[in-house]
Amino acid sequence: MTDISQFPAGPMRVTPPKQSILTASANMKRRNAAESRFKAYGVAAIAIALGSLAIMLFTIFRDGTSSFTQAQLAFPMELTAEVLDPKGNRDREEMTKVTTVGYSKVLVAALQAELQKQGIVQDGITDKEIGELISKDAAGQLRAQVLADTSLVGTTITADVLAGGRIDGYLKGRVTLETAERDSNVTPEQLLLADKLSEAGILTTGWNWSFFTSPDASDQRPEAAGLGVALLGSAYMMLIVLVTCVPVGVAASIYLEEFAPKNRWTDAIEVNISNLAAVPSIVFGILGLAIFINFAGLPNSSSVVGAFVLSLMTLPTIIIATRASIKAVPPSIRDAALGIGASKMQTVFHHVLPLAMPGILTGTILGLASALGETAPLLLIGMVAFVDNYPSAPPEGFLDPATALPVQVYSWASRADPAFIERSNGAIIVLLVFLVIMNVGAILLRRRFERRW
Amino acid sequence: MSVLMIFAAIAVFSLAAFLLARQRALASGDGNPRLLHSLPLYYGWYGALCVLIPTLGALAVWLLVQPMVIETRIAGNLPAELVADASARDLTMADVRRVAGGLDVAVAQGTMTEEEAGMIRTEFTNVRDKLAAVGVALGSDVSKDVLAAAQDYRELTGWGAAGRTFLILVIAIGGLYWGVTRAHKDFRARNQVEKVILGLLMAASSIAILTTVGIVWSMVSETFDFFTKYPIKDFLFSVTWSPNFRGGSDLGILPLIWGTMYITVVSMLVSVPIGLFAAIYLAEYASPRVRFWVKPLIEIIAGIPTVVFGIFALVTVGPFLRDYFAEPLGLGNSGSSVMTAGLVIGILNIPFISSLSDDIINAVPQSLRDGSLGLGATKSETVRQVILPAALPGIVGAILMAASRAIGETMVVVMGAGAAAKLSLNPFEAMTTMTVKIVGQLTGDTDFAAPETLVAFALGMTLFIITLGLNIFALWVVRKYREQYE
Repeated sequence: MTDISQFPAGPMRVTPPKQSILTASANMKRRNAAESRFKAYGVAAIAIALGSLAIMLFTIFRDGTSSFTQAQLAFPMELTAEVLDPKGNRDREEMTKVTTVGYSKVLVAALQAELQKQGIVQDGITDKEIGELISKDAAGQLRAQVLADTSLVGTTITADVLAGGRIDGYLKGRVTLETAERDSNVTPEQLLLADKLSEAGILTTGWNWSFFTSPDASDQRPEAAGLGVALLGSAYMMLIVLVTCVPVGVAASIYLEEFAPKNRWTDAIEVNISNLAAVPSIVFGILGLAIFINFAGLPNSSSVVGAFVLSLMTLPTIIIATRASIKAVPPSIRDAALGIGASKMQTVFHHVLPLAMPGILTGTILGLASALGETAPLLLIGMVAFVDNYPSAPPEGFLDPATALPVQVYSWASRADPAFIERSNGAIIVLLVFLVIMNVGAILLRRRFERRW
Repeated sequence: MSVLMIFAAIAVFSLAAFLLARQRALASGDGNPRLLHSLPLYYGWYGALCVLIPTLGALAVWLLVQPMVIETRIAGNLPAELVADASARDLTMADVRRVAGGLDVAVAQGTMTEEEAGMIRTEFTNVRDKLAAVGVALGSDVSKDVLAAAQDYRELTGWGAAGRTFLILVIAIGGLYWGVTRAHKDFRARNQVEKVILGLLMAASSIAILTTVGIVWSMVSETFDFFTKYPIKDFLFSVTWSPNFRGGSDLGILPLIWGTMYITVVSMLVSVPIGLFAAIYLAEYASPRVRFWVKPLIEIIAGIPTVVFGIFALVTVGPFLRDYFAEPLGLGNSGSSVMTAGLVIGILNIPFISSLSDDIINAVPQSLRDGSLGLGATKSETVRQVILPAALPGIVGAILMAASRAIGETMVVVMGAGAAAKLSLNPFEAMTTMTVKIVGQLTGDTDFAAPETLVAFALGMTLFIITLGLNIFALWVVRKYREQYE
């Protein structure tokens, strides 16, 4: 047995501790300080990340929720037959000759009559400025309403029309008397009149259904702009992505995971898929423009082209998710099926695929969610164009011009009028609600059906 | 027969083939399915596939070839000045198709009989008014030649439709006969059907390759076109970018590369430290409870569409930086700037770096930590001197991939970086990137013969090469320097 005393007692190599190890030395203090600093950096990093997320969501909800309500004017209005139906025979053909200018006159006259009746006066305001309280979109809507039912002419109805964009902004606090001084689209007098109108109950703020249903509106009429076409376009695209991308993605994953021989071709496919997942989305837009539009001649800004581009982008996501869940099915399942005489194909389709289904569905939903939020490639295939007609019902509607939810966010954000920023944030809220639903659905699906082997 | 009707006919024939083949196979085994080679179902599928594959294939080929053949014939009959070059030819053919479509509508609505549509002459009838009456608006009056071509077009299309129907029916009957007669108890139907399915699976997996080929082909051909109209030397080395659709543009890529790289560097300065420290904290310090809540919260950032970050840059970050930093420091008064875009892309990339690094740090074996802690190192010393060096290749890979994402990011820079192509060092100045210019040159009215439009493809090509290169390099780094643990 070796003993320490074997060694000659030479000079001590280790200096004895000058103090107890229980009291921290200067060196130890420094190291401990470094330790807590390091930890604080970590906390700070997380705080910054989550803080920016919180600030972003806060600003979006602060600016966006007001787009779900809308200022409206309600007043009794006589649809004067002399203006709307000069011949007096209620013939629809002839009445189409009366333009929105005529209807606009009727609206303004009715509003002025109501003001007089209620005794509301505002100094320094012209008749034209009173007329501007009403949205420029209202005359068109009234015209459509009257042409749909010509018997309305001559009767007195309650006009329920949108107020102008600046008046709407005033009620929501975006426009103030100070900003109105500098604004060429509104005068302070109009805002004061709006105050009196809302006291009288003529001007009210209500839930804005038309934000979800009406199509986009031109630069001058932010109050009439809605998400209808964008929602429909996004729905069409998601439908096409679902029916093109999922079967192809699942088939490709089955082949690569279960059948593919190990050779150059399958290696090339594998490398390709992982590289495609990293290609910037805008490159897919260039592909769509060059191949689907310029080469194949599919119509510009149609949802089918948008959907094809998004499908190609989503394909790698779905393939990667599907392969992971096929791989997670234990080989014993395959061996058992093969052992009782099933063919390879029967094993895969009857046993492996059903067991992998929850994972495939989760991956599909997440892939669709990322496709739903994608914007850049859609800009290149013309979906940013101003579309105020609904696409028709599928399948022809797939070829009609449409726009998409995230693209609508972008095109509103790039307009000059600040009222469109509100709309843009409102559209983001709608988009985020869809994404939350999809993601929560995916999580629930995974919790409910995920199997641990 | 319309295409829809043809599909219906094909469906009926394949159903019939399915039932007949199944029936025949069962009959050949005296109604005892155990005597058959395959399950009865497979005989049915074999019969159906014998109808489906050749008919659908023939239909696809026909639909692709017919318009080409017809257009060549029509163009051959038109006077030479109408089809002088490709664009004139396209315009004329579009006119012809529109008039032919209008005649179809007129016949369908009953304002014109089939004979009238084939006989009318511009000399006697105003075709434009006649078509306007049925709701088909034409841009200009119809010339004699175009009307004649349109009538030819209708006639040929009619013949084409008849020929198509005939061909498809013949093939369907042939397929049906073939599929049904082969159904016999000794026929290996399952193997045949499985071969077809395998072929379909293979085709599906080849779509990934086709996509890449499509990307490369679409960009390469247009880029070459661009370089025939604009010298490649000027594109790569000129320092001015000033496109002008009337010609005489300067299309140098350097200012765009500079803007892209500047924004990428700023974004990496934000995302790398934050993402890395967040990952280290979550992997090494956080309690399971904190980790359970914080990790998904950070990953929410990754699920938010980039256009939302674009709005954030445009509405919140840009004005904030302008009012509190750029203007007081006298560095400019632009809301959109390198700083705005860089910061926001940095935030966008945090979850990317943090979750990749988190995985990599977790993959470092526990024994290394235990060894280091056992020697008396503090936790942070362990992280810095043991774990990070061990995880370095993976982290470098993650950073490179994040850089490639920052370079290819589009919406944030479109909305937050500005559109002025400049070579400047001031981070509060608006600059622009390759992606912004791709969007700018390809949206709105575009003329695919002008170098100002085609340059977008060259930019896309450059972007594709850079991001692909970075990704391949990242994978190579990870593979080459990865530590192998038992």
